[in-house]
Amino acid sequence: MVLINYTRRLLSLRTKRDVHKVPRNFDPSLHPFEIPREYTRALNATKLERVFAKPFIGSLEGHQDGVHCMLKHPKSLSTILSGACNGEVKVWNLPSKQCQRSISAHSGFVRGLCMQPDCQSFFSVGDDKTIKQWKMESPAYGELEEPVMTILGKTMFLGIDHHWKEPFYATCGDRVDIWDETRTEPMRSFTWGLDSITSLKFNHVETNVLASTANDRNIVLYDMRGATPLRKVILEMRSNAIAWNPMEAFIFTVANEDYNLYTFDMRNLSSPTNIHMDHVSAVLDVDYSPTGKEIVSGSYDKTIRIFPANKGRSREVYHTKRMQRVTCVRWTMDNKYILSGSDEMNIRIWKSAASEKLGVTTGREQMSKQYNEKLKATFAHHPQIRRVARHRHVPKSLYSASREIRIIRESKKRKEKNARAHSKPGTMEIVPERQKHVVGEHE
Amino acid sequence: MKPTKRYFGADAVAAKTDARQDDGRKDKSGMNESKSGTEDRLMLLPDDSDSKQTSKKRSKVPNMRKIDPYPGEAPVSEDTVKKYTKTKKVKSAGIKGKYHEHRYKQQVQATRLAATQAARAELLLREDTGYFEADEGEDTSKISQYDIADAVDITSAEKFFELHLDKFGPYRINYTRNGRHLLVGGRKGHLAAIDWQTKHLMCEFNATEVIEDVKWLHTENMFAVAQKKWTYVYDNQGLELHCLKLLDSVLRMEYLPYHFLLATSSAKGYLSWLDISVGKQVSGCVTHMGRLDVMCQNPHNAIIHLGATGGSVTLWSPSVKEPLIKMLCHRSAIRGLAVDTTGNYMATAGVDRSLRVFDLRTYKPLYKYKISAGATCLNFSQTGLLAAGLGNVVEVYKDCHKSQVTAPYMSHRLTSPMTNLQFCPYEDVVGVGHGQGFASLIIPGAGEANFDALDVNPYQTKKQRQEWEVKALLDKIQPELITLNPHEIGQIDQPAMQSKLDARSKLLLIKSPKSDFEPKHKKKGKSKTGRVESRKKGRRFEEKREFIKDTVKLRKTAAVEESQSSEPAQPKTTLDRFKSAPQTGSRVT
Repeated sequence: MVLINYTRRLLSLRTKRDVHKVPRNFDPSLHPFEIPREYTRALNATKLERVFAKPFIGSLEGHQDGVHCMLKHPKSLSTILSGACNGEVKVWNLPSKQCQRSISAHSGFVRGLCMQPDCQSFFSVGDDKTIKQWKMESPAYGELEEPVMTILGKTMFLGIDHHWKEPFYATCGDRVDIWDETRTEPMRSFTWGLDSITSLKFNHVETNVLASTANDRNIVLYDMRGATPLRKVILEMRSNAIAWNPMEAFIFTVANEDYNLYTFDMRNLSSPTNIHMDHVSAVLDVDYSPTGKEIVSGSYDKTIRIFPANKGRSREVYHTKRMQRVTCVRWTMDNKYILSGSDEMNIRIWKSAASEKLGVTTGREQMSKQYNEKLKATFAHHPQIRRVARHRHVPKSLYSASREIRIIRESKKRKEKNARAHSKPGTMEIVPERQKHVVGEHE
Repeated sequence: MKPTKRYFGADAVAAKTDARQDDGRKDKSGMNESKSGTEDRLMLLPDDSDSKQTSKKRSKVPNMRKIDPYPGEAPVSEDTVKKYTKTKKVKSAGIKGKYHEHRYKQQVQATRLAATQAARAELLLREDTGYFEADEGEDTSKISQYDIADAVDITSAEKFFELHLDKFGPYRINYTRNGRHLLVGGRKGHLAAIDWQTKHLMCEFNATEVIEDVKWLHTENMFAVAQKKWTYVYDNQGLELHCLKLLDSVLRMEYLPYHFLLATSSAKGYLSWLDISVGKQVSGCVTHMGRLDVMCQNPHNAIIHLGATGGSVTLWSPSVKEPLIKMLCHRSAIRGLAVDTTGNYMATAGVDRSLRVFDLRTYKPLYKYKISAGATCLNFSQTGLLAAGLGNVVEVYKDCHKSQVTAPYMSHRLTSPMTNLQFCPYEDVVGVGHGQGFASLIIPGAGEANFDALDVNPYQTKKQRQEWEVKALLDKIQPELITLNPHEIGQIDQPAMQSKLDARSKLLLIKSPKSDFEPKHKKKGKSKTGRVESRKKGRRFEEKREFIKDTVKLRKTAAVEESQSSEPAQPKTTLDRFKSAPQTGSRVT
């Protein structure tokens, strides 16, 4: 005969500093209602996630005109540069939200900014047809803020980007020029098409490859070493910006005027690999997260949206009452923050995960977070949980606009379906959504 | 009686290590003589008991390795793993694509790992349950409580005691979920809350009203008392916190700990659920079953079982106004009702002096026992012992739901007929409320020996209790989730086969919808009654034609599906040509 007798055992405290023992028994029969309890926890976790979703951290104020372009420092997490519509370039310190340096760089817009790989100096292009090189160091007391080098071009430059490793940079305007840092004449020039080229980006991995978007609806790929451009694809509408996936060398995404973003595989431009829909106005800028898993986009509809790179719909929408048209967005290199510059002269700092706790987390917090994430994933498809997780409050104009777009899309679909039903079988081809928006591909 | 070893001492460890050696592992040293179990897993390979020289040598040789005599992870038996495996194995057939195949494999591995680790943690359990083991010709039910109290140690002996309260009886009793606190309520109004192990009286007072039932709520800070007219909630100092006028003339109460619900059944046949965390009634229904004085809960799925005078047991959930299940269990009135902790077995006792055990998975009777008197109260212990109160005799049966037993495991005679009994959780004790007070009896092997301190902790401190309370409130399960299968919410909602069949049969009986077409009014005599009617008729005909077309198409596809799903066709013979051709699609009228 064995009788239960707990008190004799180690349950009591042995010394003053002893901790209370917590014996565990994982026998399932002692833990009834396991699944309903986990469901309740998942629901609570989802609700709490929405409660704590406060993505806006702060804004960088000081520009005298709308912010037109931004540059994240490749090595320093706390530094960003921004160029405004009045030709002013500002260097910001993110933790203190202070402007460290202010340069009247150009007359007219600052069209683009880029940085050398060694971070010693940066370049800016503006409406005044100049490329200017600036030292990253602030001038000493008494010194004037003057560019290291100024190149006067023949036409306006609309964008600039630096090679990720070598001392070359590329500008775009009415053509794409490749420049050596030490020279004042371009090494090479590419033209394909007639209209001006609005943006260009170097590939992070295949560092000699670059892509540009142009006003004549083209997206053109170049190899810096070649004499002619590689390929081009024409979409239905103009693309405003381009971003390469930092992890997958072949993948890039363009922000299009037709409210969508298109992700392409460089090897097959005949149709995009994904279309990211949700914006209700032209998309003006796009950037990848450093993990390559997500995309952030800023739009003329005054919102920022975050898309999973492989999904067609956004997971998050950020907006405020005061934020106007978003002209540029950047995802910081620590994958934690999103920066957005907008028409009303502010740069805003957002969290990339809206409900994430900032600062140091303890081990137990980490554990609980992981547990909650797993629960949310497990029960994600339950209607109540899905409803809570999906719900976002958006301004009424945005809500009605998105509804309108949905209705338009549905009605188009319906019309097409009806037309197909009343025409001879086989005469109306079914064109997948992904192929609808591509006009042509040229080599 | 054969008193066996009892505590987790040296011998228990030795026994465990012996068992491990039997697993085929080599052990060169005298492991069996070891006194403490934990630190002797690591041993030095060379024998270091000889002299100081060897120890000096050892210090010189840097690579003198400690060798684990039991390398690798501790072995776990397949049965134990099975016990901790919570999910059924999903068939891998039909999984399409390598990605999903890979994910499936990962899932299987992860579940297996989780179950194995949980099973391995069983090694850390400190207590063992044990029962009386009768020698040949010995009857364990003959052993008196006094014999047991003499044989066991002082602390255990103290668990056998009686409270003589002959003025205000008969008494109803209730233990808290962790088994530390006891509530006794005499019919004539006497109420007392006791920490029964230390015998510390928390409060004692007289409600000056008839008391029908007493129940602890989620912690030992609050309890509910069903008094003559209304139900009251008191705190552990005896202060009246609430008077629940919603719940009138209540006879029995059940507390559902994971849902924070107080289920009450009244003399007027009204069954209700009250959420005690917000104080609102969740649901209530008129059962039309007369006086409801037999009630119990199924701890596995929180369904309320009600026993009726007609001999039927009905199962109730707050989300449904009708009984979920109605079982006719006895030919006479039901007096006692109990469901075991696994929720698989239900014991019922009727006035016809019979005790029956039912399987709640199939709702079929398993065993039938004839007992000496009609049992007025039944209760299952955590380990599955069944206590029955037969007049003034307590009888405890062991494994009566697993096999037909012939004799009780233990029995005890009281001074007066009993009204209520309950096994104390996590203790080898059954508490009995009777006409002249309360008795606490020792029943070896009744309680679960190893508690999980994060769920229910008999030794929790105030701080731990407060923390637990918050967590439990956060995990409160909504009453809508009380269903016969508590794991329903984790399963894929597949439409039942029956509903599929119904939908198919409906297809044959479907009627064309009525047309609500109203022709436009036209001028120049075109909207004469006859013309309008003919236009209507044409439209009606057209719609019916469309409808018939669609249904025929649907039926054809259904027929094709059916023929595909049925067994493969027999090989054709020459005689098959004389068979009538199968009809495809019948005419619609």
